[in-house]
Amino acid sequence: MRNSSAEKTPWVRQQLVNRNRLAVWTAAYVLTMALASFGPVFLWDGAVAGSVLAIGLNTCVGAGMIWANIRNLLGLDEMQQRLQLEAMGISLGVGLVAGLSYENLDISNVIVSHAQISWLVMLMGVTYLATTLLRARAYQ
Amino acid sequence: MKNRLRELRAEKGWTQADLALELDVSRQTINAIETGKFDPSLPLAFKAARIFGLTIEEIFRDEPT
Repeated sequence: MRNSSAEKTPWVRQQLVNRNRLAVWTAAYVLTMALASFGPVFLWDGAVAGSVLAIGLNTCVGAGMIWANIRNLLGLDEMQQRLQLEAMGISLGVGLVAGLSYENLDISNVIVSHAQISWLVMLMGVTYLATTLLRARAYQ
Repeated sequence: MKNRLRELRAEKGWTQADLALELDVSRQTINAIETGKFDPSLPLAFKAARIFGLTIEEIFRDEPT
C-alpha cells in the first residue's frame, strides 16, 4: 500500500515535469513577445532586422510552447483531459463568435476604434480560465 | 453508472488520494467517479478491477446515478 502523503508515483512526477516545462515555455513566450513588441522602440530604434529576428524568435518559442502544452495535455488523466477539452471547445466557440461580431462592428463603423486582436486573446483567455474553474467545480 | 468504488476503498482503509496513486489519476478524478459525475474509460475500469481483485461488473453497474 502506498503512502500518498510521502510518495510520488512516476505519473505524478511526470505531471509536475510537464507543468513546469509548460510554465517555462509560456514565460519565455511572454518575454519574447515583449521583446518583439517593445524592442523596436527601446532597443533597436525601428531597425527592420532587429524586428525580424525578435518576431522569428517569438514565433519559434511559440511553437515550443505549443509542444509543451500538447505534452502537458497528453499527461493529464482522462477526466482532466475531458475538462480541458470542454474549456477549449467553449473558448474556441466564444472566440469565434465574439471575434467575428467584433469585426463586423468595426466594418460597419458601429464602433469608432479598429478591432484589435488583443481583445480577442484576452476574451479567450478569460473564457478558458472561467470555464476550467466552473467545470472543475461541477465534477466535484 | 453506479459503482462500489467508495465502499471497496473504505474496506481497504484507503483515502481517495491513495486510490488515485494506485490508478495513476488525480484525487479529483477518484472523487468524480465515486460521486457518479464522471464515468471512467474501460482501461481505467479494468485497472480498478485488477487492484481490487474483482471483475468490472462487480464494481460498476449500468444504472442511472
